[in-house]
Formats: sequence, structure tokens, C-alpha cells
Amino acid sequence: MQHVCALADVPVGEGLRIDSVSPPIAVFRTEDDEVLAIDDTCTHQDASLADGWLEDCWVECPLHASRFDLRTGAVDAPPAKLPVRAHAVEVRDGEVWVALSDAVPHLPPGVTYEAS
Amino acid sequence: MTDPRRVVVVGASLAGLATARALRAAGYDGDVTVIGDEPHRPYDRPPLSKGFVAGTLSVDDLSLETDDDLALDWRLGERAVALDPGTRTVTLASGTLVPGDAVVVATGSHARRLPGPPLAGVHTLRTLDDALALRSELLPGARLVLVGAGFVGAEIASTARGLGLDVTLVEAAPSPLAGPLGVEVGAMVARLHDAHGVPLLTGVPVAGLAGRDRVSGVVLTDGRVLPADVVVVGVGSVAATDWLAGSGLTIEAGGVACDAAGSTDAPGIWAVGDVAAWHDPSYAGRRRIEHWTDSLQRPARTVAALLGGPVDDPLPAPYFWSEQYGVQVQFAGRRLGDETVTIEAGAPETGDVLAVYRRGETPVAVLGMNQPRLFGRIRRQLSTPVQEFA
Repeated sequence: MQHVCALADVPVGEGLRIDSVSPPIAVFRTEDDEVLAIDDTCTHQDASLADGWLEDCWVECPLHASRFDLRTGAVDAPPAKLPVRAHAVEVRDGEVWVALSDAVPHLPPGVTYEAS
Repeated sequence: MTDPRRVVVVGASLAGLATARALRAAGYDGDVTVIGDEPHRPYDRPPLSKGFVAGTLSVDDLSLETDDDLALDWRLGERAVALDPGTRTVTLASGTLVPGDAVVVATGSHARRLPGPPLAGVHTLRTLDDALALRSELLPGARLVLVGAGFVGAEIASTARGLGLDVTLVEAAPSPLAGPLGVEVGAMVARLHDAHGVPLLTGVPVAGLAGRDRVSGVVLTDGRVLPADVVVVGVGSVAATDWLAGSGLTIEAGGVACDAAGSTDAPGIWAVGDVAAWHDPSYAGRRRIEHWTDSLQRPARTVAALLGGPVDDPLPAPYFWSEQYGVQVQFAGRRLGDETVTIEAGAPETGDVLAVYRRGETPVAVLGMNQPRLFGRIRRQLSTPVQEFA
């Protein structure tokens, strides 16, 4: 696992984009104070899901209407058609640690990142 | 009509597909026929003026379909030419009759054109075929004049500038985007053109087009002629209701008159998407909302009503977006025109405005430029204004 941020960096009900991994991921803290992580970039178009609207354990892309399940990365409906990756998260002593999925990320057309 | 066994959806774009998807999601297992006048499977139109014309998106990227098998009876490349509401039967151009227990009208809209005979080099942009034709002419160095500085014109201007064309926008109205955004905020968004070296002429109606077989310029009412190799006309759209002439359905506000759930005055006939002029309680009467999100979301309400279930979800604030020169422009809410506008983040000069429209203390609409996070939060706090009538 790798350290990505402090729990205090992520307010309840919000997401935080983590640029120290590539492609970037987003760490979310739900209203139930559950901490979950998925890829940050929407699979439809270059938008940061950390900026999206968090409801239960779903985040709605801030640009269009696709919602992603924070537990599995699954997408509910187009315009996005492919899931994001979900990453394993552990919170220890107020710090957030993530084990990145080894699946191939689905980046939107025209967006590339070097693998970290 | 609580137990239909055959639903006919006329229109195979976003609203039609969303209707079919909502039927299956609701557990409806009867027949669904989807009629489309274009030969293509459902595709996403917003990228046509942006990534698709720019060449970063392929036809496959535009597909709206997922792997789920909706078990639909597709009739693509077949234009509906008539509807008999009494028997709920659609007539296709081929003469084929398609009867149903319920008919959902989702025929969308057409791009409005300038009067006069067709001229090579003059385009509108509504369909995939329009976009393919336009894309082949957007060559670096070519002179492109956009007639109309609305969102479609602005997006094409931005895309074409990125492709290295010499671009000019002409807008008949004195204030660009004043209709959807208001004069002040419209000007904030329209200044993106100036910031990217694209001239925007406002308050100058177009008198006509110059050229014999192929367009050579755009003639303005003040006598000026703007030389042009390519012209795109982006002056709004017209609901596709022509095929309903003779159906007896009420046409109002340019579209098929219906209630907020899409129910028309003919039993078993429904309308969704751009073509639907539906009753919005916060307005004086019916109106059409030509937003992508409306076409995506409202069919689920229509399907709930069509299947005889309750429709009680509140309507979300209307929402649309645009993308110009790399700036995400987002707008949500209901603007009646007399709101006070305050800039709550960013500045016009830096292209990152967050503007909130209020009636009294209550936010009723919001515009964001590259402010997705703040925009999303305010969008969900918007109240529905109630229009007061004298």
C-alpha cells in the first residue's frame, strides 16, 4: 500500500484528487465516514471525479450525468460507458493508504498518463 | 393504458434510447420498436461540435449504447411520416404501418437554416452526417464564418480555431448568449472569443450569402461582406413536428403539447426530448427544453406514467453545458430574467467565473466557467422560482 493523504485532508462528503499517483485517483469520504478510492478521471471525458457530487457511495461526474459506484467503479449510465478502477483503501492513524488496482485504467479519448 | 404490450418510440437519439432503457429498467418486457430517420444507431450529439469535428473522437466513441441487450426492434433509416392517434399507428415513408399500444414521440429537432437555395460550403450541424461533411472542410488556413454566436456557433468557432482556421463569428443580436444567460453573463462567456483571437461581430444581421455554386462570403445588412470559404449557420433549431401535421395533436411553443410527464392530449401518445413542449409549473405555459440532460432524464418520468405508476420525483433544475477554448461552461436553473447576478468566485478576465442568479435571497440559477466543484454544489441548492402573473 502507499500513503496518499491524511484523512483530515478529505472533508466528509467530499473528494480529493491525488496527483502523486498516475493516472490520478480520487479519495472520497462518505457521509457515513467511509473512505473509498477510485480513478479520478471520468471515462467519458477529461473531468475530475473528485469535483463531483457525492451521494451515498456514488459520485456523479461534475460535467455530465454518469455516476460511478465508489465500491466497484461501475458506471450507471452513459455518456460514460466504461467503469473506473476501484482501489483498496486503509485508514491508519489518521492517514489514508491505498493499494492501487492492477487493472488497466479506462481513460477517456485523448487523455494519457504515464503509469506510476 | 396500464398494460401496454407494444410501445413504439419514434426517434432513435438520446430521448428515444432513454425511453427504451427506462422501459426495460422498469421491468417492461413487451415489444419496443424504435424508429429513426438516420441510418445510425443512437449516438451522442454534443461532441459533434467539439471532439468529433476536431478529430479526437471516433464514430465508435459517440455511441450511446452499452453492452446491455435491450431487445429492441430497430427501424433505422426509416422516416415516420404520419401518426394516427386514434389507433396509435405510425406510418413510415416506405408505407409500412407500425401500430402500438403506446407511441412515444421523440423526433427531436432540426437545425434552422437560412432562406435561399443550398450552396456548397454552407453547413448546419445537428447530425453525424452534418459533422462528417463539416469536418472534411475545416482545413487549416480556411476562412470560416459562423452565423450565430450561440453555443453551437461558439463551440465550432473554438474547435475550428484549434484546427488553425481563420474564424469570424457574426451575431444578429446586440448581446451574445443574452437569451440563455442574460446580457451581463452572456458577455462574460462570449469574451472567450476575443481572448482567443476570434472576432465576434454583434448586432449585425446577415442579409444573405455570396457565391454562385459555392459560398464566397457572408453579406451583412450594413453592406459589409465577410469573405468565407466555409460558413456554418447556427441560428437555433426547429422541433421535428412536421410529420405530425394532420395528426390532430396540439402543437404549442413549437413542440408537441404535453404535461410534465409527457402525456399529450391524445390517450396513449407521449412526447419526450426536444420535440416535447411540456408544462413547467414555474413558467406561464408550455416550453421546450433542448438540453441533453432533459432528454436523458425526463423519459424515465414518462415511462413511469405510461406504465401506470406514480410520477412524483421533483424535476431537477434544467442543466446544460458547453465547452469552448478548453473552458467548461455550465449553467443550471430557471432564469426568468429579473434576477440579480453576483460573481461569487473567479473573474471574467481569467475565464473562471462562478455567477449566481438570485430572486431576493434565493439562488435560482448558476453559471460556472471551469468551476465544476462549486457549480455542482450550488446547482443542488437551487430553488424553483414561481412566476407571478398579473
